[in-house]
Amino acid sequence: MSGENSHLEPSGLGGNILEHTEVKVSHCYQCGKCSAGCPLSVEMDYPPSVIMRMLQTGNPELEEKVLRSFSIWVCLTCEMCFARCPMSIDIPKMMDFLREKSMKEKKANPRAKEIIAFHRSFLDTIRYTGRLYEIGLLAGYKTRTLKILDDMELAPKMIKRGKLNIFPELIKDRAGVASIFRKTIKKNKN
Amino acid sequence: MTLGFYPGCSLKGSSREYAESVLAVAQAFDINIEEIKDWNCCGATAAHNINKELSLALPARILSLAEKQGLIEIVVPCAACYSRLTVTKHELSENPELRHTVTEANGLDYNGTVEVLNIIQMLNKYVTPNLEGHVVKPFDHKVACYYGCYLVRPHEILKFDREEDPQSMDELMIKAGAKPIDWAFKTECCGAGLSVSRTSSVGRLSGKIIGDAIDRGAEVMIVACPMCHSNLDMRRGSINSYLGMKVDIPVLYVTQALGLAVGLDRKALGLQRHFVKVNV
Repeated sequence: MSGENSHLEPSGLGGNILEHTEVKVSHCYQCGKCSAGCPLSVEMDYPPSVIMRMLQTGNPELEEKVLRSFSIWVCLTCEMCFARCPMSIDIPKMMDFLREKSMKEKKANPRAKEIIAFHRSFLDTIRYTGRLYEIGLLAGYKTRTLKILDDMELAPKMIKRGKLNIFPELIKDRAGVASIFRKTIKKNKN
Repeated sequence: MTLGFYPGCSLKGSSREYAESVLAVAQAFDINIEEIKDWNCCGATAAHNINKELSLALPARILSLAEKQGLIEIVVPCAACYSRLTVTKHELSENPELRHTVTEANGLDYNGTVEVLNIIQMLNKYVTPNLEGHVVKPFDHKVACYYGCYLVRPHEILKFDREEDPQSMDELMIKAGAKPIDWAFKTECCGAGLSVSRTSSVGRLSGKIIGDAIDRGAEVMIVACPMCHSNLDMRRGSINSYLGMKVDIPVLYVTQALGLAVGLDRKALGLQRHFVKVNV
């Protein structure tokens, strides 16, 4: 907790955000540039500037809505909001924190099921092979979401063009990479 | 001198032609390239969306391996990997506690000494100074230079070019004989990480990008990121549905366009691998 305005930060989620990311939600003066520039705001339940306002209130009910929102998952971290914020508030960094917290507290929005399934399947292939294995990623994703037929037409076209490896690229030190997973993401499980 | 090379996963799979064209251009300009041995995935969007420590430890392992190999500079052609590696370097230099956690998890020495170059920086450092005499077939087309997100943002950390309306790729393409257009979607997001999980969002976002480029007379899209490429090229079906018409503007990596200008073989540049036919 540092900075001249830290006493103005709400103690709840806003306080957590400050502590873990140094992002000060109190600095937002609701100009709305982030929401105007956000390419995904039309698909969000609350656009970024509204998320900022909800956090500023310190109201636990609104904080709960933020953690359960679809917005935090559909955010692509394109960094446009941060680029355009007149107060240089690092919203993408805050979004990363909110996603991690939402996941840990099992509050992830049900509509984000596919997005999270993709991330998890992506990380699974890295954990086992050290690198992204695209077929493994798609298999994992389809198993998690039961979207079996999606993108089936792409695979043969990719193989024909040499863009899809049938077998994974296995790095030598797979144990080292698996150990990184154990010491970071697994450490915090539940 | 030897330039280290971090291809990243896409360049070994769905964007194989980006690696081919980077290596072909490097060879044409006598740049000695050495791949980082036993490199791993940088973790991409998935890692930083789920776990901060993991999202730093994976890129840190890559940087540690480069150090161990004696490399002082590496080129990272994938804009997303470039951003993740650079952000990691920054976070670990700013935060000793995080650095401790991450090196502990990796079990590797990390000094933060390796210089990370994106593809434009690499080309400007090693190719542009010698380009003039090498352009045998000027890339005489109206091009839309598309930078996307991660080549230029977060600007506070990357400190490369301008975060909106950047110019470096345009200047490079002018030297290759092209005519870059002035357009509005240079750094808008293509939908990247949602490619599989929300294909319709990608159709909308990438559709707007292609739509603006075409409206302003572009004949070719130029990119420097495998995710931008796969969305604009492989997701053309969703883009066409969004636009309500069939558009056949090809999408070339900056190294492919440059390669053509200096007379490299089309196949060596991997042009035959694209979904949208390269008719230039």
